[in-house]
Amino acid sequence: MADPFRWRSTTIRAITPATARVKSFRFDALDGPHRAGQHVDVRLTAPDGYQAQRSYSIASVPGDPAGLELMIERLADGEVSGFFDEVAEIGDAIEMRGPVGAFAWEAADGGPVLLVGGGSGVVPLLAMVRERALRAPDVPMLLIYSARRAAEVIARGELSARSRDETGFDLTLLLTREGPTAGRRIDRVMIDTAIECLGMPRHSFVCGGNAFVGTVADLLVDAGVRPSAIRTERFGG
Amino acid sequence: MATRGFTGRPPAAEIRERLPPGQYLTDDFPVLQMGPTPRVSTEGWRFTLRQGAKPLASWSWDELQALPRTRWGGDIHCVTKWSKFDTAWEGVTIDDLLAAAGLEAPTGFVLAEGHDDYTTNIPVPDLLGGKAMIATLYEGQPIEPDHGGPARLLVPHLYFWKSAKWVKSLRFTERDEAGFWELRGYHMYGDPWREQRFTGD
Repeated sequence: MADPFRWRSTTIRAITPATARVKSFRFDALDGPHRAGQHVDVRLTAPDGYQAQRSYSIASVPGDPAGLELMIERLADGEVSGFFDEVAEIGDAIEMRGPVGAFAWEAADGGPVLLVGGGSGVVPLLAMVRERALRAPDVPMLLIYSARRAAEVIARGELSARSRDETGFDLTLLLTREGPTAGRRIDRVMIDTAIECLGMPRHSFVCGGNAFVGTVADLLVDAGVRPSAIRTERFGG
Repeated sequence: MATRGFTGRPPAAEIRERLPPGQYLTDDFPVLQMGPTPRVSTEGWRFTLRQGAKPLASWSWDELQALPRTRWGGDIHCVTKWSKFDTAWEGVTIDDLLAAAGLEAPTGFVLAEGHDDYTTNIPVPDLLGGKAMIATLYEGQPIEPDHGGPARLLVPHLYFWKSAKWVKSLRFTERDEAGFWELRGYHMYGDPWREQRFTGD
């Protein structure tokens, strides 16, 4: 099998806006398989040799014929995310290595699976939703997705359609800055309701900003989910 | 090969020389862990040195507090690319733990074990000579649970995944046995200055 930790050059094949601040980038497929939820490291090199590296979650499923998908959110003053937002074009060569990470789920792991994402933390969970649909449609899966505003919801159309069309997959979308749920945060009631609907999860994945992940992981433990069944991934910093 | 159109924002020279390759400086203290923060109380807390399954010595919280204390200040480097400068820790060095137990390190390697069942491997020479401690204070205050409190291993010259949070034991092993991340492709040693992030680096 190819060495996943060797840096190699990959090419941007497509760029699509996902929200005002998030773009989807399609690259050549990785040399080997990944598990849904894993990330890659990306490295940029300046003419003077200066390099910057960042980790980005993979949104696509292994073997996706459209290639590897990353969804990159433009951060304020983002040295690397700013490059992807403003400079990167189709055909550009980018150094990448991976897949990396233990925040991962595959069909053989089974379910029920409870996913909780905040903001762009939904990206690795989207890969799991897609993986389930493709390779494990019998596994019950529920995604609680907290976003600030409707316009900031990543893959909204896809997630809503899957929730409507796929038996066994449910989406709970919480908008925290507009509409009837403005001001609400994910709380114990929402977690309990999700577990009632889904059953006690065998696996739970939580991804988002630091405070979000800490709060949600504590709520899951309080609701009776085994700590060893909970995997967390935090971004920021 | 340069990335088309990327100039980046290299930090000032005095920062750059303190940053290992591929790292960037942050003022935050990000939290990286595989699962929820375990609830570890100092009541009933014990820290144990083991060889295989056999306990060699163990300390309650109060017993640990009574051992000689050491301060360490300096820079820490996380494999997820952030570095944080001028951090300040206090705790009990591994040298002082062994001395208090009247022991010499019985083998050449250790697996540090956390209350969350996390493990990570470190060669014994990297834990001795004042290079590592069981830290209980950060910037003079009890370490926050999110940062590994009440007690975490501190091995600051290696990537920070080696500094196991919520540490409960050091298990001496005959061989260099891979821990949680090392089994998943992270480097067995993890020197940030040689950028040993993953197997083969």
